[in-house]
Amino acid sequence: MAPEEIAEILKETFGASITDTEFETAHPRVVVTADAWPEVAAFLRDDERLQLNFLRSISAVDYLEDDKFAAVYDLASYRPGKTDSDAWALTNAVAVQVWTDRSDPHIPSVAHVWRAADWHEREAYDLMGVIFDNHPDSVEGLNGFHPRRILCPDDWEGHPLQKDYAFPMEYHGIPAVTELNQTRPIH
Amino acid sequence: MSWIENRFEEGLIITSLDWAINWGRRYSIWPMTFGLACCAIEMMAIGGSRFDVDRFGAGAFRASPRQADLMIVAGTVTYKMASRVKRLYNQMPEPKYVMAMGACTIGGGPYFKNGYHVVKGVDLVVPVDIYVPGCPPRPETLLEGIMRLQDKIKNSSIATDKWTGAKEEALTA
Amino acid sequence: MADVILESQPDINADLSSDQIQQQDLQTEEMLVNMGPQHPATHGVLRVVLRTDGEMVLEAVPHIGYLHRCAEKIGETVAPYQYIPYTDRMDYLAGMNNNLAFAQAVEKLTGLEAEITERTKLIRIVFAELNRIASHLVSFGTYGLDLGAFTPFLYAFREREYILDLFESACGARLTYSYITVGGVTDDLPERFVDITREFLDYFEPKVHEYNLLLSHNHIFIKRTANVGVITAQEALDYGLSGPVLRGSGVNFDLRKQPGSGYEDFDFNVPVGQGEKGKVGDCWDRYIVRVSEMLESVKIIRQALDKLDGTEGQETLHKKGKTLKLPADEIYYEIENPRGQLGFFVRGNGSAIPDRVKARGPSFCNLCVTEKVCQDVLLGDVAAIIGSIDVVMGEVDR
Repeated sequence: MAPEEIAEILKETFGASITDTEFETAHPRVVVTADAWPEVAAFLRDDERLQLNFLRSISAVDYLEDDKFAAVYDLASYRPGKTDSDAWALTNAVAVQVWTDRSDPHIPSVAHVWRAADWHEREAYDLMGVIFDNHPDSVEGLNGFHPRRILCPDDWEGHPLQKDYAFPMEYHGIPAVTELNQTRPIH
Repeated sequence: MSWIENRFEEGLIITSLDWAINWGRRYSIWPMTFGLACCAIEMMAIGGSRFDVDRFGAGAFRASPRQADLMIVAGTVTYKMASRVKRLYNQMPEPKYVMAMGACTIGGGPYFKNGYHVVKGVDLVVPVDIYVPGCPPRPETLLEGIMRLQDKIKNSSIATDKWTGAKEEALTA
Repeated sequence: MADVILESQPDINADLSSDQIQQQDLQTEEMLVNMGPQHPATHGVLRVVLRTDGEMVLEAVPHIGYLHRCAEKIGETVAPYQYIPYTDRMDYLAGMNNNLAFAQAVEKLTGLEAEITERTKLIRIVFAELNRIASHLVSFGTYGLDLGAFTPFLYAFREREYILDLFESACGARLTYSYITVGGVTDDLPERFVDITREFLDYFEPKVHEYNLLLSHNHIFIKRTANVGVITAQEALDYGLSGPVLRGSGVNFDLRKQPGSGYEDFDFNVPVGQGEKGKVGDCWDRYIVRVSEMLESVKIIRQALDKLDGTEGQETLHKKGKTLKLPADEIYYEIENPRGQLGFFVRGNGSAIPDRVKARGPSFCNLCVTEKVCQDVLLGDVAAIIGSIDVVMGEVDR
């Protein structure tokens, strides 16, 4: 099924929650509002026509000039062949883009829809700072609950993939050497 | 062997004893299996059939730091890993040696610039004896590094103990 | 002083019957065991915190990030052809496949794809498949090591060295090749490469039978792996698993068999877990899928070498990759890596340097199933399960 048809089905069912579509690109995608996203996700997975049962990746992107973050969910549908020995086929594939404000980035978690989203969302929080609400592996921070960090240590400051990220100059007594400031200890 | 070190002055007996001790030490280096990243694959390759590090007496890879003499830091050290590297080093018995294998452990390597999470050289964390350059170093280079370490051990003496200070530091850490 | 303390301590077993004492001795308590980051069976710097009760593992929580090397941040600061070496270091056992994934993603984004010559495509397939064999050999060897068999490791590394010699003759590197690059490959094949590769394939094919005799059908090995760590097909899809882990669960899905993969003209099978020794989706199934895949790769390489004979030398198209401008558009592209589906998300902004590079590491997605599978298993099975998933930490943490 082409991405255009998937977008048509979504528009019929959810109307105003589908704010935009983009097909004149190498990465056809549907834009969904953050509030409606878990509902749309469950529909995408369960609907007979779509059956997007495989979450490939979540890519968080920083749009500094627009003051926004976007999370791009790449979905695919793997379906079995007619007999057991037949190869499974990749029938549908579409991307869903969810926008959120940079100052208060919140997107509802879809880890209950696709279990694969669990680690992807943790990674997106860790590196980009997008907070996924109701994530199954949440911890309480200064500004409420957020997913647990996954790659950086728990006491890491900032979210490295943000475009305005300030590099740390020291971590637990280990200096971060830069090209200009070579400080190597003598043993 | 810290009970014997630093107790004597250099002399005929001590240098003869040195020769015997160093001969034993340098042909039975037991490295720790401490693979961090890409270099670990080349470290495994020297344990494999073609390069066969057993020829140099350094083939007994130990999984526990408490049985190892040599820590080959094979791969990028990150800030999250740095405290573990330090702890593993402290767990090793003396005499102990550290080999910084690959560009990342020497000075950050390809991750020097924009590598916010990479320690720019393992010598910021533990003292390093031998630097083996390359990204990753070829197995021949690593074998050369082991031979240079053997030279270093050959020239050490029980009359001077380089680990006294390190031990105190480990106890306070 | 010691005597005084001993005397003052009451005998704790004084009021207990022998049955109660026996029960007390057999009673186990929950304990937290920290496996890794320095552990020979975790394949790198994976840390798994195990909650155990005696020999049983009640819960296993993987902790990753000990090798987080900021590859995605670096991707935003260099041009695509400069980023190729960093893709090598992500999955350092399958550098060629990673180069290929990123190069193809950028080519698709910029439209350079249409200019890639037939010979270049074939060379890429030869190297990608050779690297798949090399990667599966390491997986095979170290899986034996994890379960206490040292000999397969020596056998696997012997054959792997021959493949590395082939790579070395083509690009000069043993692990981090950067051979497949944006717009083509860095150089044409060296002299006699095709003949030497054919010789190697003739030598290698019977070896796989040797491996099967040595490890696959070994009774101890089967006892350690069959019926251990079963992943059902539904779970595998739900957790987003891919590659041999997905196929071991009985899902016959391979991106190379999908249209547009470049493998349309090749005749090969996709090995799938059958539950031959136990249930479908156990550790043995995942293992045997890898071993069988090596033979399928041999088939593909033979066909590709036959096709190579008639083609012309490659043009210096890769120089075009160095002056490439990325359009203000984005792409997500996946290929089948030895470990599963490696995807790259690239977003350009009109200049030579991309706005965002994101890698979907197959090991990263495959590893997240550990938490599910390592419930109520024996402590010794944890090493078998993690080994069968075959993670490369460089790709998990990036």
